Amino acid sequence: MTQDVYVVVEHLRGQVMDISYVMLAAARKLAGSTGGQVVAVLLGHNAQTLAQGLGADRVLYADDKALADFSPTAYQEVLQALLAERQPRVVLMGNTSVGADVACGVAAKLDLPLVGSCLTIGEGGNPISRICGGKIMAETELADGTVVMTMVPGGYAPEAGRSSQAASMETLTFPPVGEQRVTLRQYIEPEAGDVDIAKEAILVAVGRGIQNQDNLELAEALAQALGGVVCASRPVVDQGWLPTSRLVGKSGKAVKPKLYLALGISGAPEHMEALSGVEMLIAINMDPGAPIFESAKYGAEADLFELVPALTEKIQQAKAS
Amino acid sequence: MNIVVPVKLVPDLVEGLSVDQSGTSLDTAWMRLIISEFDDHAIEQAILLKEAGGGQVVVVAPDVEGVDDVLFTAAAKGADRLVKLDAQLGIGVDNHTLARALAGVIKDMHPDLVMTGVQAHNDLDGSVGPLLAAFLGMPYVGYIAGVSAGDGRIAVRKEYPGGLVAEMEVQTPAVLGIQAAAKPPRYVAVSKVRQAMQTAKIEPAAVGEPDPRGAPKILRLFQPEPAERATMIQGNPEQVAAKLVDVLREAGLV
Amino acid sequence: MPIRDTFWNIPHWAEIGQYVLGALTILVFLIGVVRRIRRWRMGKPERRSDHIGRRIGLVLTQAIGQFRTAREPFPGVMHLAIFWGMAALVVGTILATVDWDVTHLFFGFQFLTGSLYVVYELALDILGLLVVLGLGMAGYRRYVVRPERLRDMPGRPFPWEDAYVLSLLALVAVSGYLVEGLRLAVVQPSWAAWSPVGNALAGLFTSLGDPTNSSLHLAIWILHTLVAFAFIGSIPFTKLFHIVAAPLNIFYTSLRPAGELAPARSGAEPGVKTVADFTWKQRLEFEACTRCGRCQDSCPAHASGTALSPRNLMIKLDTHLWEHANGRSLHGDVVQPAELWACTSCRACVQVCPVFIDQLGAIVDMRRHLVLEGTMDSRLQDALANLGRYGNSFGQSDRARAKWTLSHPTKVKDARREPVEYLWFLGDYASYNAALAEITRKTAEVFEAAGLDFGILYESERNAGNDARRVGEEGLFEVLRDKNSAALAKCTFQAIVTTDPHSYNTLKHEYDPAVLQGKPVLHYSELLDKLLASGRLRLSKRLGYKVTYHDPCYLGRYNGVYAAPRRVIAATGCQLLEMPRHAETALCCGAGGGRIWMDESEVKERPSEMRIHEAASVEGAQVFVVACPKDVTMYQDALKTTGQEARLAVRDLIELVAEAL
Repeated sequence: MTQDVYVVVEHLRGQVMDISYVMLAAARKLAGSTGGQVVAVLLGHNAQTLAQGLGADRVLYADDKALADFSPTAYQEVLQALLAERQPRVVLMGNTSVGADVACGVAAKLDLPLVGSCLTIGEGGNPISRICGGKIMAETELADGTVVMTMVPGGYAPEAGRSSQAASMETLTFPPVGEQRVTLRQYIEPEAGDVDIAKEAILVAVGRGIQNQDNLELAEALAQALGGVVCASRPVVDQGWLPTSRLVGKSGKAVKPKLYLALGISGAPEHMEALSGVEMLIAINMDPGAPIFESAKYGAEADLFELVPALTEKIQQAKAS
Repeated sequence: MNIVVPVKLVPDLVEGLSVDQSGTSLDTAWMRLIISEFDDHAIEQAILLKEAGGGQVVVVAPDVEGVDDVLFTAAAKGADRLVKLDAQLGIGVDNHTLARALAGVIKDMHPDLVMTGVQAHNDLDGSVGPLLAAFLGMPYVGYIAGVSAGDGRIAVRKEYPGGLVAEMEVQTPAVLGIQAAAKPPRYVAVSKVRQAMQTAKIEPAAVGEPDPRGAPKILRLFQPEPAERATMIQGNPEQVAAKLVDVLREAGLV
Repeated sequence: MPIRDTFWNIPHWAEIGQYVLGALTILVFLIGVVRRIRRWRMGKPERRSDHIGRRIGLVLTQAIGQFRTAREPFPGVMHLAIFWGMAALVVGTILATVDWDVTHLFFGFQFLTGSLYVVYELALDILGLLVVLGLGMAGYRRYVVRPERLRDMPGRPFPWEDAYVLSLLALVAVSGYLVEGLRLAVVQPSWAAWSPVGNALAGLFTSLGDPTNSSLHLAIWILHTLVAFAFIGSIPFTKLFHIVAAPLNIFYTSLRPAGELAPARSGAEPGVKTVADFTWKQRLEFEACTRCGRCQDSCPAHASGTALSPRNLMIKLDTHLWEHANGRSLHGDVVQPAELWACTSCRACVQVCPVFIDQLGAIVDMRRHLVLEGTMDSRLQDALANLGRYGNSFGQSDRARAKWTLSHPTKVKDARREPVEYLWFLGDYASYNAALAEITRKTAEVFEAAGLDFGILYESERNAGNDARRVGEEGLFEVLRDKNSAALAKCTFQAIVTTDPHSYNTLKHEYDPAVLQGKPVLHYSELLDKLLASGRLRLSKRLGYKVTYHDPCYLGRYNGVYAAPRRVIAATGCQLLEMPRHAETALCCGAGGGRIWMDESEVKERPSEMRIHEAASVEGAQVFVVACPKDVTMYQDALKTTGQEARLAVRDLIELVAEAL
């Protein structure tokens, strides 16, 4: 058993996801209290280059054809063997469509303690989780043995988990991964949108409060006046009022605009996760208790149907003068 | 196809939450329980599969306040069997205990598919779905937004960030973590639920001793301080709009 | 001596032929009527034979007197002319038949003789002109004026039916006059002048001379006979059937108060899934429809561009009643969900229908099936789910219902704990909607100023259920009603007063009277009226605004409360200027029937916006006064979207009273 903190790197189609860097930053804090090293665990096929920039002390790389694309069962098989053998102090995985599929299975099979939804590591080295829609924080005791932890973004900036120095890489040897019961058939691309919201500087976001598709034109007008683009939270995309290319959130895109104007969005964690890079968040919502007001820079408890047209007009006037 | 849907009831956030005197659990005085949103989608997805290709849907839930209504509503939507775990699993139980209890009951049902919500908002030790899969010895895939069954194969749509979707093939028996059903959960008329209360039976299922091994020990629960709460702009819409334009101008955005 | 010269110039074979054809015609008529009656009886049962006296009275005023038809001047005169004219001619024919085939045949005398006879001739000649006049008006209206409500009707039994009916009747009348004219031209009796029309026509024919006139007379007499029998025979097979069905429908109309919706039938499935689920009375209604289109004209949903037309709905349902297994299903093929969901339950269609059809009842019955199937938009689904779970459509905790009292200076009594004189039932909007909280507080202020002993149910109040019921969720309505009833059972009160007309309606008519403990239910405008009249409430200021008042559907049309709010307005010293459509003809704001919970994307121009335009057209009106919390939100919104904020202000009646205190 070592005091090392392992971070299972999440990557999709040749790109390392931001959550991996967030976890590396958290691992750095944890390793500070456990006294071990930060070790990135990279599973893939011909994916060594992805290790570049990982803020880890060491990288463990496992290569197998079955790991070319994410498969929950293949990842579980490899990680189970690895953890049983190496027994680190903590293993961090993302509370995501990649990590969450694997973490519980690995922990349960190896009979390891498991804590989820971790946001930060407290001063005493204990994980602090965010639950109940962000309304409750839970500090739990870091158990003995190898602890499996799943992390949510928002507690650490991804930059803190990056490094320009290349860490030493150890290529693991293990028996080839066998036939899997869950296999990838194909990827389905998100609808090719005309815009990539992740690259836009000004975003006008609409949520449930927009009420119906026709009211989108209010948001479009405002976006146009500002020189930005309309995006949406999940309920709007689920209804089909905007394509998935405009979805901001856990299952959509993470965005980092200068301005994010949220109209009728309550601020559910799945949405807020994707806004950690926003410079100025302004929220308009009729409900003064909406969680989004806790993360926004400016807010107004107003009816968007009254405010948005007025705002659009004033911006047009301001730009004209 | 035999589909089992375990569901969890969680605190209804509409009622507000607070921490009790001990500081390590939630105050239940004003708490009301509601079915976890993703579990509701799991029930819907199971019913859709049954409607498309036949089979049986079994809904399993722990015995907590309001569970009967949840089960009868599921029956009114088309669930065939309703199973209630006996009373040792009150609210506040961890997912490891619950998953072990469910595994004990579900393995004897020999399901083809087990579908449950990909997560619940009060999950602190992982989610029930993948834990259950490990205890049942079945493969697990989560973040599913669409399931179809045809010629002995199960195809699922797994959602990744950025709108990317992966179509995956799953060999049964397997556990699926549902993010969204192919259609939003249907409305059930009150009269149908009342009818289900007359005709459907809830079967009790005995579970062994609770086994929380693996779940963390809670040191404290607290409400987050709204660190920098937003500067609220007051006034009528005209005034608010004017102030917002000032803010934007200062930030160089207008 | 003037006497009716029956069968003059008619050979024996023609006379016999007439009687034979007459018998055949009556046979065809009876077969047709029986066929229709049997189709009605295939419907579900319903009890409608109580209060025979009242029912007969209704038939006299509405089927014979046709009060509703007469509300509109041109169509009113037109139809009454045709009706009374034809009625007179039928009575005349009956008298003539009795005169010849009864008294003459069996008793050897005729009574249509002498002065009685000439008066008879004069009366029929003049009244027959009424028929011609009426038909002329009808032809003009249908083919020249071509009003919208007579156009674009869905599939008809045969497309030329309207033209057929008008021409047939015209032919009967004209051929009748021609026969008379020709007879008078040949016989030239001394009393010919007593038949002025016939006499004038005779003048045109004298030049032709006798053998021609006699032959013409016989020919046209035969034509007249055939056409008249065709008319009678086609009654059960064309829209003329309303002659039979309309009086029957009026006789069997519901005598329950307007605000009491017929409950869902108990048994397998509530609501109407296929046409077989309609009751015999509903089937009779579809048949009684004369396709006049007044319901369509008065429908706010239709005016705002949605898929609903009550007229088309009735026509389609009638057609569907007769379809033989051609695979079309009621829901989806004949009627679309969008049509049913567009209805605001304002009841304008029911009220205006001259033959007393209950279009709203059919719509709600079909909605009940849609609810069972879950065929509704997601906003409505959420609202219903919230009503079921939290007892309000906003999805807020039931514990937050009385939050408004926290910012009210005086403590509002808890009616659950102590007896009160007035139990104040607020309704969801007045309790939960932040924008309306101020109005709710003013209401409490006014009650206090009047020294009223009042209390509220606090968290035990639930949505009264009126709109859940109109949406078709009968089960949810029952749950809400039961919860409210349980809360009321523990209270002691002398009267219930409501802010909201919807709650008022359902509490008054759809809750068990025992729950109300025999006490009256008042709308706050009625209460204010009483308090002002008795002097218990005194107003010190005279406001002097020029106002117009919008009658809420559930207060006005449903419950006839028009005068009380107007007296209250007068008491505040405001001058009331009426909108063209007011009182019974007031235009609904569009929020009822659950519409306020639904997706509005197919609406072209909202009823509330149309209403604001109407109010703005009233010269000098400054304030738009409403008496319903939903109206406040609907119209404040409409002011913005129509850009009329500078022109009008929306005020609730209670705000005027509070200001005048």
